[in-house]
Amino acid sequence: MSANEGARESSKASPQVGGGRSVGTPRWVTVVTSWEMVLGMILVAIFILNTSISPYFLNANNMLDATTSFLETATIALPMMLVIICADIDISVASIISLSSVFMGMGAQVWHLSLFWLPVIGIAVGLIAGLLNGIIITRLNIPSIAVTIGTMSLFRGISYVILGDQAYTKYPAAFEFFGQGYIGSTHIPFELLLFIVLAVLFGFLLHRTPFGRKVFTVGNNPVAARFSGVRVQNIRLAAFALNGLMSGVAAVLLTSRIMSTRPNIADGWELQIITAVVMGGVSILGGKGNIFGVILAIFSLGFLRYGMSLVNIPGTVMNIVTGFLLIFAILLPGVLASARRVLVVRSAHARSMKDGDADSERAG
Amino acid sequence: MKSVISLLRRREVSLVLFGIVLCAVVAIRAPRFLDPSNLQYILNDTSILIMVALGQFLVILIGGIDLSVASGIALAGMITALVNHAVPGIPMVGIVALALAVGLVLGAFNGFLVSVAGIPPIITTLGTLSIYRGTVFLFSGGAWVSADEMTKPFRDLPHHTVLGFTTLMIAALITFVLIAVFLRFTRTGRELYGVGGNLTAAKYVGIKLRKVNFLPFLISGLIVGIAGLLWVSRYASAQNDTASGFELQTIAACVIGGVSISGGTGSAIGVVLGAVLLGIINNALTLTDISPFWQMAIQGFVILVAIVTNTLMDRRNQRILLARRTLV
Repeated sequence: MSANEGARESSKASPQVGGGRSVGTPRWVTVVTSWEMVLGMILVAIFILNTSISPYFLNANNMLDATTSFLETATIALPMMLVIICADIDISVASIISLSSVFMGMGAQVWHLSLFWLPVIGIAVGLIAGLLNGIIITRLNIPSIAVTIGTMSLFRGISYVILGDQAYTKYPAAFEFFGQGYIGSTHIPFELLLFIVLAVLFGFLLHRTPFGRKVFTVGNNPVAARFSGVRVQNIRLAAFALNGLMSGVAAVLLTSRIMSTRPNIADGWELQIITAVVMGGVSILGGKGNIFGVILAIFSLGFLRYGMSLVNIPGTVMNIVTGFLLIFAILLPGVLASARRVLVVRSAHARSMKDGDADSERAG
Repeated sequence: MKSVISLLRRREVSLVLFGIVLCAVVAIRAPRFLDPSNLQYILNDTSILIMVALGQFLVILIGGIDLSVASGIALAGMITALVNHAVPGIPMVGIVALALAVGLVLGAFNGFLVSVAGIPPIITTLGTLSIYRGTVFLFSGGAWVSADEMTKPFRDLPHHTVLGFTTLMIAALITFVLIAVFLRFTRTGRELYGVGGNLTAAKYVGIKLRKVNFLPFLISGLIVGIAGLLWVSRYASAQNDTASGFELQTIAACVIGGVSISGGTGSAIGVVLGAVLLGIINNALTLTDISPFWQMAIQGFVILVAIVTNTLMDRRNQRILLARRTLV
């Protein structure tokens, strides 16, 4: 059972939920109060709510198509998770999308490049931008929030310098496959398949490789990590580079979906992405997080927005809901932790009633 | 000679020198720049940024960040404009009180979430950034409040002058004096530096963290309330995207002014200089006929340069301190 496995793994990785007291905690308490379980329930609730308010929601094709509206942010949420687990943050991602999209537009409209080169340029620009972030942050050891506030302005600013109030719209027709295409004759969007592949890759990278363990170590205690031979700055640099790279990928998907580039493309996306990651149970202080939580949060937020759009709720009002969700998502672990304490004390109490007073000391 | 060098090392002095050099370069290309009326225009134009950046400074000083200021400005501006439109009879004193009250609520909500609920400031204000911006829409229903829907006293508010100083400049000046005195001469003001500089030490000397974490958000909120009123009355329109992205400029003003983003260092005068420098750059772009599309890129570049210089200068100061310690 991989779902159970994930829940157990998370209770190890995110003691913010369980207080890290696995000794004497019955397994069912761990599972019921785990963050992923809560997110799963939220997702189910959103499905029930959406189905009841709109007859168009529960339609397989509609739902598959709806995923493309949030999978581009989801693509960046994956590496953003690594960045935040390293106790860093990157608010320049939406600006990287803009810059990378502008260069793809130039490639198509000014340099008349063939279809093959457009995604290559887009991803390469993203990688370079991410590397630039990472190099300034790690080589000069400057807080990531300060640096990425600067590059956020700089990257989008360059887009404005290049494009001004113009737009690139002359993309080759076949370019639309990345954002609008389906796999073969099925109704599965290419974006969804790509996201599944990427999610598996990032899940493996984070939870099954030495690199992933080092990411957690760096976020938990950079000094201890350094003393145990982890090249802390290189791990952080890699996280920022991956973040830039995936922003480039997202830029390819988004540009292909809307087939046009303006400098204000993906405006405000950094907030949506960080919201998804934090709602997914990744601690903003670093060191804790689980890929299943982030994926559940992505789909919860995505389908919530989709449901609201079906009943014509305007985007800014959706932002109120997203904002409150973010705050509740942070408050909830504290509530869960105390709920778990109550459950643990109760079951311990029940046990001591059964076993006599032999282990009442241990329960305290 | 030695004192001259140590004076030059002071952040504020180097900022002023940089500002003068920048002004000279711009003046060569556009002599109009040094016109007293243009200098007055720059100050007037920068006043709101100065005020809000000073509030932002207090939050950054305790190691936090307030991303919700721009949304707060939009919300306070929209509410005051709507009330002014609906009940034109309310005197301006009442409108100012309303702006302060709205700002108080917004700031207190941020402060509560940070200091009582214990949510990190960046997450709190990321959430309230969306919430406040969305609430603007709830109040306005997506519509604007335009100039002819505002009363004349409302539109005139930013344009009163005393001895050549406009309401905007006076508001910025008052904010500056109050915050500078608060930080320099009150116990709580010093405690803000303490908490931002060394949280553990601050706890051990008995600083009340809850208060010190709450107050900066409250003050920032109050300033945001007034800034919202001044913003919509100055531009004579309240929109849903009023001040969009302005939070970054306030942070930029702080960083350029020598405020460390990790808290504990910085001065009110530095923040004012940082804001004025941004104002000069924006004005110079217009006067020298450089496309306004350059503004964002240049701003980003200036922020990066400022941050890197801050860090390198801090490191050197720390090395000097360490060297002194070993000598004793």
